Amino acid sequence: MTGQAVEREVGRARLRKEDARLITGQTNWTDNITVTGLLHLAILRSPMAHARIERIDVSPALERPGVVAAFSGRELAGGLGSLPCAWPVTEDMVLPDHPPVAVDEVRHAGDPVAVVVARDRYAAADALEAIEVDYEPLPPVLDLEEALAEDAPLVHADKGTNRAYVWPFRTGEDFEALRQRADVVLKRRYRQQRLIPNAMEPRAVVVTPLAASGEFTVYSATQIPHILRIMLSVVTGVPEHKLRVVAPDVGGGFGSKLQVYGEEAIAVEVARRLGRPVKWTESRSEGYLATHHGRGMIQDIEIAATREGRLLGLKVDLLADMGAYLMLVTPGIPILGAFMYPAIYKMDAYEFNCTGVFTTRTPTDAYRGAGRPEATYAIERAMDELAAEVGLDPVEVRRRNWIRHEEFPYTSIAGLTYDSGNYEAATEKALALFGYDGLRAEQQKRNERGDAVRLGIGVSTYTEMCGLAPSRVLRDLRYSAGGWEAASIRMLPTGKVEVVTGTSPHGQGHVTCWSQIAADVLGVPFEDVEVLHGDTLAAPQGMDTYGSRSLVVGGSAVHRAAEKVVDKARRVAAHLLEASEDDLEFKGGVFSVKGSPEARRTIQEVAFETFTSHDVPDGMEPTLNSEYLLDPENFSYPHGTHLCAVEVDTETGQTRIRSYVCVDDVGRVINPVIVEGQVHGGLAQGIAQALYEEAVYDAEGNLVSGTMADYLVPSAADLPDFVTDRTETPAVSNPLGAKGVGEAGTIASTPAVVNAIVDALRPLGVHDVQMPCTPERVWEAVRSAQGQSAPKEASA
Amino acid sequence: MTHISVTVDGTVYEDEVEPRLLLVHYLRERLGLTGTPIGCDTSNCGTCTVELDGASVKSCTVLAVQADGGEVTTVQGLARDGEWTELQRAFHERHALQCGYCTPGMIMAARDLLRENPHPDSDEVRKALEGNLCRCTGYQNIVRAVLAVAEGETASGERTGSAQEVTA
Ligand code: FES
Ligand code: FES
Repeated sequence: MTGQAVEREVGRARLRKEDARLITGQTNWTDNITVTGLLHLAILRSPMAHARIERIDVSPALERPGVVAAFSGRELAGGLGSLPCAWPVTEDMVLPDHPPVAVDEVRHAGDPVAVVVARDRYAAADALEAIEVDYEPLPPVLDLEEALAEDAPLVHADKGTNRAYVWPFRTGEDFEALRQRADVVLKRRYRQQRLIPNAMEPRAVVVTPLAASGEFTVYSATQIPHILRIMLSVVTGVPEHKLRVVAPDVGGGFGSKLQVYGEEAIAVEVARRLGRPVKWTESRSEGYLATHHGRGMIQDIEIAATREGRLLGLKVDLLADMGAYLMLVTPGIPILGAFMYPAIYKMDAYEFNCTGVFTTRTPTDAYRGAGRPEATYAIERAMDELAAEVGLDPVEVRRRNWIRHEEFPYTSIAGLTYDSGNYEAATEKALALFGYDGLRAEQQKRNERGDAVRLGIGVSTYTEMCGLAPSRVLRDLRYSAGGWEAASIRMLPTGKVEVVTGTSPHGQGHVTCWSQIAADVLGVPFEDVEVLHGDTLAAPQGMDTYGSRSLVVGGSAVHRAAEKVVDKARRVAAHLLEASEDDLEFKGGVFSVKGSPEARRTIQEVAFETFTSHDVPDGMEPTLNSEYLLDPENFSYPHGTHLCAVEVDTETGQTRIRSYVCVDDVGRVINPVIVEGQVHGGLAQGIAQALYEEAVYDAEGNLVSGTMADYLVPSAADLPDFVTDRTETPAVSNPLGAKGVGEAGTIASTPAVVNAIVDALRPLGVHDVQMPCTPERVWEAVRSAQGQSAPKEASA
Repeated sequence: MTHISVTVDGTVYEDEVEPRLLLVHYLRERLGLTGTPIGCDTSNCGTCTVELDGASVKSCTVLAVQADGGEVTTVQGLARDGEWTELQRAFHERHALQCGYCTPGMIMAARDLLRENPHPDSDEVRKALEGNLCRCTGYQNIVRAVLAVAEGETASGERTGSAQEVTA
């Protein structure tokens, strides 16, 4: 056993270990799982946004072929508690009861009302039709402002209000005073349309009970097997140590699988009652109603600035659509955003007020970026408006306001300490790649000619707080859990390595990156490392994957755990070599005595010696295993500059992205191929919000965009090639120097695209276009600017 | 129940099926060939794409009975003796997948394109894959992978410098 990895793994463009299985169709999606005796569960859902259940009779379903059982909400209620909300953002937050199956009242189209269990999925689906339900319609609650009116119909009548909470935040000088002496005060209203996350794999859950011991294994297409285990225990009453949760291959999440869903609890309860394994898989259109949505906010933003374009203060009033219930982290999403409105800019006053509002729509919760894309959108749109107002180039306005490289670490007005960054460097690089000056010149020519197809240039400079971690900060935010992450390493007798991680990937390439990290620290070949995850039996501790925390917190934990293994191995090696630990060098997986290089042991040899334990140091545990739980002292703050050029046809309203350039600083890069892939995917989702996607409801509260045929997820034909590049300013709050990359593209791209569209149309008098900027909306904006009709969606 | 005889990935299956059974459910639930996943119920996402008698179809819009007498190829039937096809290699080498849920359908759709148009340009690739949605990759690397095959550039390992890094 020699095994010396000489080349550094971190930073190397390793191809993914994960791919082999996925490319050959040997996958382990939850819906693929089948066991003997498996029953299929189907759910009847409310066709109405808001109604009282007058009568429900599931018994006709029992007569249908293949049906084994059927339950109404009332019948299930005995075994199931309310679904959890883990983020009571204020002390007096209104927290309504959230039964997994509605008992008396349905509160959004798609709210479950009954459950059927049958021998196959066709039979289960068919039998739903036999269930009889009489609904007494109640008024829907759809408009966020109207919902807050005194006499508004109530989503939760027992709570007496549709106001879930009010969360105020004031810091720095008095905003009102600043605004009095400001040269420029701009007020804008931006809408964050509701989005449907659309992970390509629909949600699914399989529960296998073991009646004799009261144990349950829950397979779920989830991002959070560990959190789910705790929460399912609370909701179902199954003791935590009798629950095993497995996230097999998971086909994307983007926040939508960061959830404790009713169906997961229902499946446990039904499996418990019947003593049989059950499976539920959502159809796409069912998922559109039942899987949480993202965004859904109205932002009133006000900035005060000097004539020279220097920001003095910022005020944000936010109405956030919670939907019908508070799910796992619903109330906290806008609060994450609260810290990001000041973005990369210096200012003297900041005021933020958020009101969470109940509506009779599908609950909202985390969706890629979660609160931070919304915040970035508002401030970056407003910065462009400021530039237009004071007659400066939008890049120049940003330059006048951002934190300079030499000022880091810098505590933002919102109280976050940005550890490192270099906004100028990223911007310069992006401008050069983009050919900014050339495009501006072309734009001017086109404007002078009065071309029908205008060129617009959009800039967006952003930072985000990610690597969601410091447990004490999370406590201050009233989040109910910690933010640490766990890793353990087992160095096997043959010198191979098992890394156990508490993070739970769904496409991010953890196996590859964690292998790179461990291989480097341990000095073993990349191929010799296996990574175990997503199963509470194999990986008993963890806080899972969301908010770009995996690498920053989980990857760092792997790094630290590997260092612990090396420390132990060093003790053994010193013992074997009869040298002092201080005299040992460790390089490329080999311990050698300084000055006598022939006295050496590879780490694999040490692993074997430790396994036999024939000759380990006195009192030493005979193992090279280690565990490390890491709780970093700060978030991480990736940043970057995105530039987008669009061509907008003023006659048809059609927008075409001509070029898109971004330079992101995600700190130290473990694997550049994976980083690039994450940026691409993020860009696609952010651009989709700008141009294509919206969950549309009608006046009755029906989801009109209820299928993939009506909700425009962009295809390859709708998106351009991206030019991506990087600067690297390592984070200082974790041993890897990593900052997180999963959300960056989404956060930055939405404002870049909309800024570009507005920039193209500004000479025609357009100041805003409501997202998604469909051809119809763009055309309408042009028309109304030209006085041809009253503005439909005014911006102020 | 209707009798069907269908060849899937080289194996002949004789079965009795309900006339309404979708091909994708036949493959997944009856034959246990779960390499072909389902992403939607409206024939929009393309994750279920397979080949039926040499043309790519969305197996969620084909009834099992329609495949009677036919020949179906799924992603599970592509590799021969453990050797991946060029497209599979290209997807791996160009990092054209993240969660991998869309990947079987993408690969099957890309095969169809390359059969009909062996040398597409990037716009043609994007157009041809319009019926296959991916939520993770932003498509760029998928397009690169398909172009790499069209241009005969796979297995070069060029992005990493060495072929051994292919971990297959
Ligand atoms: S599952 Fe067949 S096209 Fe979506
Ligand atoms: S790789 Fe996840 S959907 Fe395409």
